[in-house]
Formats: sequence, structure tokens, C-alpha cells
Amino acid sequence: MSNDLHNLSVVELARLLQSKAVSAVEAAEHFLKRMDAHQHLGAFVSVNPEATLAQARAADAKLAQQAKASSSESASPMALTGVPIAHKDIFVTRDFPTTAGSKMLKGYQSPFDATVVSRLAEAGAVTLGKLNCDEFAMGSANENSAVAPVGFDAPVPVRNPWAQDRVPGGSSGGSAAAVAARLAPAVTGTDTGGSIRQPASFCGITGIKPTYGLASRYGMVAFASSLDQAGPMARSAEDCAWLLSAMCGPDPDRDATSLDRPAKDFSRHLNDSLEGLRIGIPAEFFGEGLAPDVRAAVEASLKEYEKLGAQLVPISLPRTELSIPVYYIIAPAEASSNLSRFDGVKFGHRAKDFGDLTDMYKKTRAEGFGDEVKRRIMIGTYVLSHGYYDAYYLQAQKIRRMIADDFQQAFQSCDVIAGPVAPTVAWKLGEKSADPVANYLADIFTLPASLAGLPGMSLPAGFGADGMPVGLQLIGNYFGESKLLNAAHRFQQATDYHLRTPEATRP
Amino acid sequence: MSLAPQDIARLANLARLELQPDEAQRLQGQINGFFELVEQMRAVNTQGIEPLAHPVAAIQDIALRLRPDVVSEPNQREANQKSAPAVENGLFLVPKVIE
Repeated sequence: MSNDLHNLSVVELARLLQSKAVSAVEAAEHFLKRMDAHQHLGAFVSVNPEATLAQARAADAKLAQQAKASSSESASPMALTGVPIAHKDIFVTRDFPTTAGSKMLKGYQSPFDATVVSRLAEAGAVTLGKLNCDEFAMGSANENSAVAPVGFDAPVPVRNPWAQDRVPGGSSGGSAAAVAARLAPAVTGTDTGGSIRQPASFCGITGIKPTYGLASRYGMVAFASSLDQAGPMARSAEDCAWLLSAMCGPDPDRDATSLDRPAKDFSRHLNDSLEGLRIGIPAEFFGEGLAPDVRAAVEASLKEYEKLGAQLVPISLPRTELSIPVYYIIAPAEASSNLSRFDGVKFGHRAKDFGDLTDMYKKTRAEGFGDEVKRRIMIGTYVLSHGYYDAYYLQAQKIRRMIADDFQQAFQSCDVIAGPVAPTVAWKLGEKSADPVANYLADIFTLPASLAGLPGMSLPAGFGADGMPVGLQLIGNYFGESKLLNAAHRFQQATDYHLRTPEATRP
Repeated sequence: MSLAPQDIARLANLARLELQPDEAQRLQGQINGFFELVEQMRAVNTQGIEPLAHPVAAIQDIALRLRPDVVSEPNQREANQKSAPAVENGLFLVPKVIE
């Protein structure tokens, strides 16, 4: 049993841990060994086996105590006690350095844990390490990371476990690659414009971004504060439901945008029937830009939904295309403001040689930030500057409301919305980095839900060209996470795409 | 509209970024390309539309809360300064700013 632990789901692992068939230390050691053997993927940027094993020993002690306390009714039904997970390196952690993929934060040691990290720790999860990501979560291929992964001396791209000459997606690319390669049963990610859904799609795993405001942003290195949301990535919707239940909940003293909605069990409706579920199909998501192989896989999965009793309803999201400029105004504007804190004074990189204070700022930031980050800071500075604010930033915020209203209009005739996550499967490493601005266009299907703050997920929907995974995107109305997870779970009961394993990472 | 080299220099100064000449030139091209992409957005009629900041405000009133202005954290000076580039006697060091 114990040499096959990496093939188990979070739910199965949790049960084995509760029944003491496996100890938390055994589970942690198993995954640490696997991470070592797959360092070439570049998924992890930091590990700390002593801290991991200390957490695991504490989990074993907790399990032993629970068993003593009462044999009949031990832990809460969804306890993650002893389940190993890993965090995107954008969540600050006390036990591991936090870089956000940037030279700016090389070696940064946070004095506290992010709320999401401490909530998962309270649920009993054990942290295996920190996962590679695009610098400050800006990117969709994980090619913008400036940090050397574990086992390397210099930054190298994260590899997609399904084809190691391809990107894993981004910005949560290390997160997606780790789950796909079975280096962790579940991980955290963050999604600003698609950074959970797109890498989940590219790596053939399941990921969900909840409604904006459900998961605390405290301790998440900020990119675009009105868009950033944390969420889980795992193999199945059921596993995501367990993690999401532990992650979400109000954080009134630490995150001003956190919503006052109590934590809830997102797994309660997983098995509800899909009979009569109305799935909205936005015409704009199936236009010319959609690659034929992705279209075929998505359409086949929609047929599967019809077999499960759902009905497909044509809808329109007329401002889908506008979401690209709107997002790429709002996100850089907020980023330029958020990233002003990196000035070489209180933490992070500082240039070695400089003249006065302003020169120190300029040289520090020139050295510490990568190209994509500088590009977005410059754009953001421009659209917020005097004389341009109304024409760009405010105009974008107004269209943002129109986009959110379009969704409300659409939800009058459907319960969830389905479509592709990305126009293509994962591309080859280096293939697209030449024209960064053209790359923004590929975010078209994930941006609308991000701007509207709606929950969205990606689930494996089959395979496209060269056997690369294709994701199906489901978008729910506000607070519709349970319905999304229900729809995804029932699909996964009827299909086995989410159980397929990339050949190179077997056994 | 199109940004000229002096616009890039002005923005870089506002953003406190020192750009090398080739970097500034490259950014100029990319940013101008980006603003072509943004043009379609400027033509949208948004008269009477309220800007949306917290997305959930699309369906319900959202009040961004403030917490009471009281000390709630213990003193963690040492932990907070552990990642600082230059510290002396518990103070952050910066180049001289007052003559």
C-alpha cells in the first residue's frame, strides 16, 4: 500500500490516516521522496524536510489523541489531518521562504503565515514545500519565474508532466505540474485572470477559483487586489471541495474585502442529480479562435452532460472580447500600486551601488523585477497617471460592471455556464515568449469570470493534439461553488479523464 | 495615441524604475502595441454606468470594513526586520535624506 500513496485521492488518504493504516510521517516521506525523484520538472522552489516531518509528527500526535478521545466519533468528517499538500510560492509561510517567483524576494522569510495557509494547517494538512509560479503571478506559462527550482542553480522553466517540452500553464504552473505528476495530492493556487483554471486545464487536473471575497487574501503577495483569489487544485472535484471548505471563511480583521459568509462544507451536494441542470453555452466562447482539438473535446464533454440529464442552453456574453483590454488595464493598475512596496527598505532586494534614496529605489526595482513585471508596472503607472485615469482605469471599471451585468442576464436562463478554459492545449516552451502582448489574447475565456468575481473551475475533459489535456471550464453564479463542484463531480463519476496519469511520471 | 521616448522616461521615473536604453526602446514598442489592443475599450459608451471595484457589488451592497484603530499585534520587530536589507539598532537604514 505505502508505495502507491501518490495515486490516492485526498479523500482516500485522509481516510487511511484516520484509520491509522498509514501515518502522516509515512505519507510525508513518501511524497518528499517522489518530489526528489522528479526535480527535473522544476515544480518546487523550496523544501524543508525537517519542517515537513515536524508537521507530520504533530499530525500523528493529533490523530492518536483523537482516537483516544472517542472511538466512535473522532474527527470532523472532512479533517485533513496528516494529508500532505503544497503551497504556491505566493502565500507567505513561516516554515519556508516566500519569493513570489521574484528576485525581489529572494530569501524572504515571512514572520507570519497567510490565512489560507494557517486555515489548512488548522485542518491538519502537512506542507511539503512551495511551488513555482510566474513572478508575482504575472504570466500564463510559468516562463516568467525568476527563481531557481529545487535541484537547480538558476531559473529554468517548469515542465508539463504530459510533455516535458511544453509549458504547464500559469501562473500556478508549479502547482498544476506537481498534482499532475503526483508529487502532491492537492495544492493551493491563486487566480487573478485565470491562473488556477488555465494551468489546471494544461496539466489535466481539477482546480477551482471561488467567488471573490470567500478566501482571505491576507498573506497572499498582492498582484491585483480586486481580482486575486485563492483556490485549491487537485485531481478531482471531490478533493477540491474538501480543500476549499478548509480554505474559505471570513477574515474580518485582516482582509477588508473578505466577505462575511461563514465557512461551509462544499462537498455536501457533490452527488446531487444533474437532471434538469441548465448549462449555458456562450456563443462567444466557441468562435474562430478556438482550436479544433479543444473544441472537439469540449463538445464531447457537453454531450456527456446531456447524458447525465443536463440541458444545454445557448447564451451570449457579448463583451467577452472586451474583457482583454479591461483586465489588462485594471490588473496592471492595481499591480503598479501594490508593487510600490518593493523599494529595498523594509524587506527584499536592495541594489548594491546607488547614489541618493531615489537612485536606490530605481536601481533596486530595475534589478529586482523581471520584464513582464516592469511592463505591467509601466502600463499601470500610465493608466493611473493624471489626465489618463478617467479614460483608462475608470472606463475599464465601468465596462467591468457591464461584463458582470451580462453574466447576471445570462444566469436568468441557466444554472452554470460551460466552455473552454483556453483556446489551445499547452504550447511548447519558448514558443510564445517573443510577443508578450499577443499572449494576453489567450486569456480570453478566463478573464470574464475573473472580472465579474464569479467562481470558475477547470476539469479534465479529454485530450487534444499530441495527447495534451483539455480542460472544460464551468462558471457559476456568485456563491455557486457547491453547484459547480456537484456538476464536476458527477462528470468525473461518469468519465476517467481526471484519473489518467502522464506516462513519464509513472509509477 | 502613441508614447514617445520621453513619455517612457517620465513613466519610468514615476514608477521608480531605472531603464537601460535598449530596455526603454523595447518597452516603448510593447506598450504602444498594448494600447492598440486597448483602443476598442475606449469607444464603449459607459454613460451612467457606475465603476465596479469589489466585483460582488454587482449583486449586493458591499461595505469595505475598517477595523478599530487599536494595537492588536505583539511586538515582532526582530522577526519583521529579519528580511530587511540594512538594519541598525532596530531601525531600517536608508541613504541620507535630510541634509
